[in-house]
Amino acid sequence: MSTAIKLPRLRLKGGTSLWIGGGLVATAVMAAVLAPWIALTDPVMDANLMNAEIPPGLEYPFGTDAQGRDIYSRIVYGARISLSVGIISQICNSLIGVTLGLTAGYWGGWWDDLVSGLTNLMLAIPSLVFALAIMAILGPGLVSLVIALGLTSWSYSCRIARAQVLSLKSQGYVQAARILGYGDLRIMFTQVLPNILGPLIVIATLGMGGAILSEAALSFLGLGIRPPFPSWGSMLSEARDQITTAPWLSVFPGLAIFFTVLGLNLLGDGLRDILDPQSTTRRA
Amino acid sequence: MAEPLLSLDDLAVHFKIGNALGGGIKTLKAVDGVTLDVKPGECLGLVGESGCGKSTLALAIMGLLPPTRGTIGVDGQEISGSKAPDRMRMARTVQMVFQDPYASLNPRQTVRRTLADPLRLHGVRDKAEVEARVMDMMAKVGLRPEQADRYPHEFSGGQRQRIGIARALILKPKLVLCDEPVSALDVSIRAQIINLLLELKDELGLAYIMISHDLGVVEHVSDRVAVMYLGRIVEQGGWQEIFENPRHPYTRALIAAIPDPFHRAAISAKAKARGEIASALNPPPGCHFHPRCPLKADICVSQDPVLAAVAEGHRAACHFRDRVS
Amino acid sequence: MTGPLLKVDNLRISLAGDGATYSAVENVSFEIGRGEAFGLVGESGCGKSITALAVMGLLRRPLSLGGGRIVLDGKEIQDASAAEMRRLRGKRIAMIFQEPMTALNPLSPVGKQIAEMFVLHEGMGWNEAMDRAEDALRQVRVPSPERRIKDYPHQLSGGMRQRVMIAIALACGPDLLVADEPTTALDVTVQAEIIDLMAELCAAKGTAILMISHDLGLVANMCKRVAVMYAGRIVESQAAEAIFATPSHPYTRGLVDSLPRLGERSKRGRQRLREISGVVPSIAAYPAGCRFNPRCPSVTEVCREVVPEATPLPAEGLVRCHHHG
Repeated sequence: MSTAIKLPRLRLKGGTSLWIGGGLVATAVMAAVLAPWIALTDPVMDANLMNAEIPPGLEYPFGTDAQGRDIYSRIVYGARISLSVGIISQICNSLIGVTLGLTAGYWGGWWDDLVSGLTNLMLAIPSLVFALAIMAILGPGLVSLVIALGLTSWSYSCRIARAQVLSLKSQGYVQAARILGYGDLRIMFTQVLPNILGPLIVIATLGMGGAILSEAALSFLGLGIRPPFPSWGSMLSEARDQITTAPWLSVFPGLAIFFTVLGLNLLGDGLRDILDPQSTTRRA
Repeated sequence: MAEPLLSLDDLAVHFKIGNALGGGIKTLKAVDGVTLDVKPGECLGLVGESGCGKSTLALAIMGLLPPTRGTIGVDGQEISGSKAPDRMRMARTVQMVFQDPYASLNPRQTVRRTLADPLRLHGVRDKAEVEARVMDMMAKVGLRPEQADRYPHEFSGGQRQRIGIARALILKPKLVLCDEPVSALDVSIRAQIINLLLELKDELGLAYIMISHDLGVVEHVSDRVAVMYLGRIVEQGGWQEIFENPRHPYTRALIAAIPDPFHRAAISAKAKARGEIASALNPPPGCHFHPRCPLKADICVSQDPVLAAVAEGHRAACHFRDRVS
Repeated sequence: MTGPLLKVDNLRISLAGDGATYSAVENVSFEIGRGEAFGLVGESGCGKSITALAVMGLLRRPLSLGGGRIVLDGKEIQDASAAEMRRLRGKRIAMIFQEPMTALNPLSPVGKQIAEMFVLHEGMGWNEAMDRAEDALRQVRVPSPERRIKDYPHQLSGGMRQRVMIAIALACGPDLLVADEPTTALDVTVQAEIIDLMAELCAAKGTAILMISHDLGLVANMCKRVAVMYAGRIVESQAAEAIFATPSHPYTRGLVDSLPRLGERSKRGRQRLREISGVVPSIAAYPAGCRFNPRCPSVTEVCREVVPEATPLPAEGLVRCHHHG
């Protein structure tokens, strides 16, 4: 309607999801950063078969595993690996996806056809299977894990970036920039990218959760982090046989994954609200 | 006589629509053989309704759409020939003010950045000079210096249009193409922007192409007027000639359609056009206006009228140009 | 039965938002006689559209009726139930919108959408209703209605779609037609035709019109009486000719003076347009006293503090200004 009333701008400071999600993610990050100080024992070296499979209690809050290592300490150290895999691989995905999506949407033509075809191809292959294949070639290990996960799920960022560019391309300010003599790359980076960052950050946050889950899955299959180094996925993998006799071995790493991924998803939802350009008021 | 700043010669922009599988490819003749020129310091009003091709024409002039046929000369340099147009030089000669002040400013850039970036891009290195020119331009369009660090959403529609005008003028162009510069603004704000555009024209010696469907605005600002219908110019001439002695039935229909109680009896209801504008994809043969024209005769269906002179500098494309009165 | 067809008395519309409740519209009163065309004019955000929605009983959150009475044909309808309003809409009061594409069902042929009105409100069978729909299309001068009746909305041009909307709205011969910017999305020459058509059909059927628009000229041409709204209040209401000849409120005066009018330049040369300074206030920041005071050329202390009462004008009508007379 032409005469909609001008609504007063809502000052959204992010909803509860932003705060809960942010809190959960911050906890995981704190655990990773402060691991040497808050861990009770060394996660790898302090194996002691005398203490094997002690249930959670005062001395070992989350219990111990089959080698007698403190699970709490291993989870705290495991946060370092799980989070860095999640963050680094998602940064790779975002860089690939945004670069391809931005250029495909802006230039169009054969390049767009090529990128769109590739994206559809990537979406048609289950990314975990793809990652598995890469891991099988590269062999297990942290670096190959990051590569495998960082190359296989950029299609979401790419699609979002491309769609956003297509809708922005005809906006007056993009045309104005061309008329002012701006080059294509300058327009993409100064005019288009800043205005599509919001949804891309949301996708990246959600993707990070996905990457952590994939890391867990790959490690569970024995293709991820090699023992004895702890990642949440490899801990779950090792705990497989004792799931009935010593359930705490699987429960606590499982909960760590659950809360971190939940936190990232909530954070992504919360960011979606505040990254709306209308609500990012910065007054001079 | 001064060299024209802009000269269009038989300019045409056609689009291919559809695909070979579903119903075949059709040609949309958005602009079909437009010859026009704009002299330095002059304001040319370009009038027409939706589908007449005025927006396509604007994009072609700005170098954003390649012409299918014909040439565009800007400041003596042909921009559409075999040589790639020099975008930087074009930018310093022709600029544009957009219709929608909400979509035409980057929401993530402050006013200062919107105005300073083009200067730096065009080789103004001295920081003090950039700052001085930004401040000078803001003052010219009626913005206060302390507003330089604000973002577009902190401004009202009229103020945003001022920023859009400042951006168009910051490189000191000679010709500014204004695409419906006030039609998206609140009615009570329009006069401010029209006055500002006219003041700046006199102060800076600018030439304008004023695209509008609002004949009141066009009459007020234009030196010469061109009327477009379905991709062609049907009449052009000095503003007084066009408004007081229109020779094309379409121009008369446009004038008759203006709801103005003070102007009611000027042109009788006979002059009003009937029916709807045909699709540019499938324009009527002969004179494109004939299905709606009160003067329609057989010749109008069979023959394209040519744009021929009816008086000094006044041309109309109508078989009955001498009988319309 | 005598008395006005529609009487809106002291209408208040509340807008809930951001922890506070605002009055989007207040103190709005007007009457429309049987068969009379009444215009409500104002800029975007002035509350004219939501006033129309209130009359139709279509206010939805965050908007709600804050007070006042809406009397249709002697019966108060402001508290009518949803079912009662549904019966009234279409049969007694009908509405047409700015963009017919959003108001028509894209998945249903237009003939069926017109026929539906007869089936729903007059209990007709589908066969008879389709015949009536064809007549209705003929009445709104859609060419070859027997074929058009099977067309889907997207197959029609904007003007044709608006004709279909008018056919639907007038199908059951309502007492009141609410037209919210019915021609804003259309081209000027098409607009003139649609307005003529609306006026003619309503006159023939004795339907009253509540015409809502930002275009003072358009409304004054079509309506007998006009009310001008500014920032949620009616500031002036007068007979249509009088509002142009003797505008009484400074805002109306500003609107009448600020637009370039056709023929003005030939008579008096190019005059600088009279501007209305400042911007339209947002609903959260309505000024105290007279809401036009920050933009008014003749503002005094009392305007900033006291809300002006509606004063009767000598001939007919009202004005809400401290400095009138």
